[in-house]
Amino acid sequence: MENTAVKYTFKDFQSDQEVRWCPGCDDYVILRAIQKALPETGRKKEDVVFISGIGCSSRFPYYMDTYGMHSIHGRAAAIATGTKLANPDLSVWVTSGDGDSMAIGGNHFIHVLRRNVDLNYILFNNEIYGLTKGQFSPTSLLGQKTKTSPYGNTQPPFNPGELAIGSSARFFARLGGNVPKEMTQVFIEAEKFRGTSLVEILQNCVIFNDGCFTKYTDRAVKDDMQIHLDHGKPMIFGKEKNKGLVLNGLKLEVVTIGENGITEADLLVHDAKEPDSTLHMMLVKLDYPLATGVIRSVEEPTFGERERELVERVTSKSQYKSVDDLFCAGETYEVK
Amino acid sequence: MITDNKNTTTPKGSELVENVVIRFVGDSGDGMQLTGTQFSDTSAMFGNDIATFPNYPSEIRAPQGSLYGVSGFQVHIGSLEITTPGDSVDLLVAMNPAGLKTNLSALKPGQMLIVDTDSFTKKNLEKAHYESNPLEDGSLDNYTVVEVSMTSHTKEALKDLGLDNKSILRSKNMFALGMVYFIFDRSMDHTIEFFEKKFKSKPAIVEANTKVLKAGYFYAETMEIISTTYQVAPAKMEKGMYRMLNGNTATAWGLLAAQQNSGLELFLGSYPITPATDILHELSKHRYFGIKTFQAEDEIAGITSSIGAAFAGDLAITTTSGPGLALKGEAIGLAMMIELPLVIVNVQRGGPSTGLPTKTEQSDLLQAVYGRNGESPIIVIAASTPGDSFDYAYEACKLALEHMTPVILLTDGYIANGSAPWKIKKAAEMPPISNHLVKEGTEHIPYVRDEKTLARNWAIPGTPGLEHRVGGLEKDKTSGDVSYIPENHEYQTNIRAEKVKRVQNFIPEIQPEFQEEGDLLVIGWGGTYGSLNAAVNLMNQSDYKVGHLHFNYINPLPKNTVDVLKKFKKIIVCELNKGQMLKILRFNFSDFDFTQYNKVQGLPFTTFELTEKFKQLI
Repeated sequence: MENTAVKYTFKDFQSDQEVRWCPGCDDYVILRAIQKALPETGRKKEDVVFISGIGCSSRFPYYMDTYGMHSIHGRAAAIATGTKLANPDLSVWVTSGDGDSMAIGGNHFIHVLRRNVDLNYILFNNEIYGLTKGQFSPTSLLGQKTKTSPYGNTQPPFNPGELAIGSSARFFARLGGNVPKEMTQVFIEAEKFRGTSLVEILQNCVIFNDGCFTKYTDRAVKDDMQIHLDHGKPMIFGKEKNKGLVLNGLKLEVVTIGENGITEADLLVHDAKEPDSTLHMMLVKLDYPLATGVIRSVEEPTFGERERELVERVTSKSQYKSVDDLFCAGETYEVK
Repeated sequence: MITDNKNTTTPKGSELVENVVIRFVGDSGDGMQLTGTQFSDTSAMFGNDIATFPNYPSEIRAPQGSLYGVSGFQVHIGSLEITTPGDSVDLLVAMNPAGLKTNLSALKPGQMLIVDTDSFTKKNLEKAHYESNPLEDGSLDNYTVVEVSMTSHTKEALKDLGLDNKSILRSKNMFALGMVYFIFDRSMDHTIEFFEKKFKSKPAIVEANTKVLKAGYFYAETMEIISTTYQVAPAKMEKGMYRMLNGNTATAWGLLAAQQNSGLELFLGSYPITPATDILHELSKHRYFGIKTFQAEDEIAGITSSIGAAFAGDLAITTTSGPGLALKGEAIGLAMMIELPLVIVNVQRGGPSTGLPTKTEQSDLLQAVYGRNGESPIIVIAASTPGDSFDYAYEACKLALEHMTPVILLTDGYIANGSAPWKIKKAAEMPPISNHLVKEGTEHIPYVRDEKTLARNWAIPGTPGLEHRVGGLEKDKTSGDVSYIPENHEYQTNIRAEKVKRVQNFIPEIQPEFQEEGDLLVIGWGGTYGSLNAAVNLMNQSDYKVGHLHFNYINPLPKNTVDVLKKFKKIIVCELNKGQMLKILRFNFSDFDFTQYNKVQGLPFTTFELTEKFKQLI
């Protein structure tokens, strides 16, 4: 239920459990950003549910003073679907990692997106298995040396955004793990979005894959290497705000404002609400610059809304008031 | 077929019989299931007691005329109590050579065989691996063969309707049904009404089927090929309103009654799998009762979505069959660990692996009782007839909600697809269902338990002030916080076991039928009830002192089980597996000597094989 009279602070969402992630882990940043976002969503604390699977990110529910379930590996999306269908008034959140979501839980990941269940899905992508101590994940890079790929990984990675949009994701956002303020804003936006809101966080694992996103997220290079997309704004990036994206044939191309007669007016303008996902797909696949921010946000009826519409439609036509009417309907006969 | 000598007031040329077994066989596209169902329903409305046994291949349309594409429907009707579809057949209707070849051995010598001669072509005979035509080579001399060119008669009856050949051929099963209605002096009205309802928007199909049905009936009446007709009087059944019901529908309806009486919303997360899918089909039809049916992306999502719904306060169900139960194992462990109510319906089929999807077996018992990692006891119960699937589905919900635990309900392909008259129940006749939901303002400590049941409280999202976390990691025995303390783990393991054991205090004691003490105790569980009961009944009629003890509650076992075992000299455990209940009984009652009798052919026991075995033993 929205518009609560209670005004929460982030402290209201902290549980009494000691947080046990490794020192320096981006998970702390995400936790605090969510705890800060929730008071801004207007949701009552008792209506918030966090559901997770297995992995470092899946310890998340224990640290939230809300309802929560730390379940089994890969199944959080399916559990959350049941919770949301059971009670559409809840604000349901899934916290999951790259292995949990795209390896063991891959099937549920694509189907929750396809159905557009109204929930918020935070994908902690660190391109490694942390809790099992350093094996390659479905987002680890080709050639990456891990405990199970000592001579280099031979399995090409998924791009989570590509997989998500390919699975009909209506809301996809991507952020580095070191931008707490932006995270809070995106989480608020994700919560308000009706449908499955997928937020990928490039989350640095300080122990097993330290620095895997540094070339994009390091403060010194961030502005040059990331393009932060804002709906309705031109696609500009760079420390000098002089670079931008244009469409050249079927490809995105980086251009410099002021060179070759390029002006700001020539740049693409970000339209997160465009139902056709072609350009969103191109954006999530860019290596340079890395697209961050809310890349896609297209509202359409959620699974729950379609379900409720169906129930209302059939209920208004039903001739049965009680199950007893059903048991007695049709071909019955009397033994005298 | 037993002739009833007591009553001689039969119409001229008609013989009164107490019971009769009829089997319709043909290609999987010949409509044998529909034919059998129509005959069963008509006979039920006439007042007979009935048991049915549909037996069909797993291929939807196997190659025409092939031996493995034969679909059959056996129905046993009687004026006495009928508990099995019958061992052997009194009337066989074979629509093609393959059907004849695969089913003739079930026909009693001297009894009637009706064949569609038009289908006995060279090609079909070859497909059925007949070297010569059985209608001509004398191999059917021991039977009363009624040869009818059904296909030709059907074409003739429909020649003026302008139907295409396919639609015409599709209705030839109604010619056979018409003949059988004549032979048993049954009214065609019910079936004609059925056509009118089923093909409301296709009057041509209604007319065609009605015409062919009548043509068959009048053909049998006019042509002097049927020497005797039979009368099967109504059975003496308890007064009341009845309907024919199969086990899967009964299960679905039991769940519906539980939803109504529990006051909760029902959530079914499921994935299609034979032979359980009909429960999902049935509940999907009744969304107006506020139930949520969710066809998930796989078996695991079927159960985990249900766990999510149970966490949010729904009466949560998942339905499956053996391979699906295997996939759900980890999630059942989670539901047990976080102590949420959940019903898992497992309609058993032939295993292992994909096994025999359309055939029956009882080989998931140990999987149900033990098939999870760690010490993870849960309640396991079993339905034993099509009709009592209603009661045990209801009971599974009641136990899950009142004891805050997953419950596995075992049925099987035999009772799930078999139909029998069901005395209609009202939801209000069923015992009330309570639950452990807690309201705002209650002091809620997640793992504090009810003194009697040891169930924990059920605080659901949306309740202010009761926010808490659950999970698959071991829990502190009161707060529910994650705990790795050795003593706590042992305490929690023991208390989870004790919680299930205490269910014994809430379930009925078990009573043997026929004899309270005697020479032999026949033990069974689940869907073999009808076969075992019929066999034990025959034994007692022959003056053997045999009792029948049938388990519906398997984990935990009824408290008084040992008292019953003590009263018999010998005990035999009969199962459609290699001895799974036997293992449980031997483990629990090691002082007793159990003999075993097992069958794994994908088929139910026959009364004959059971009584032979029992006689050997005494």
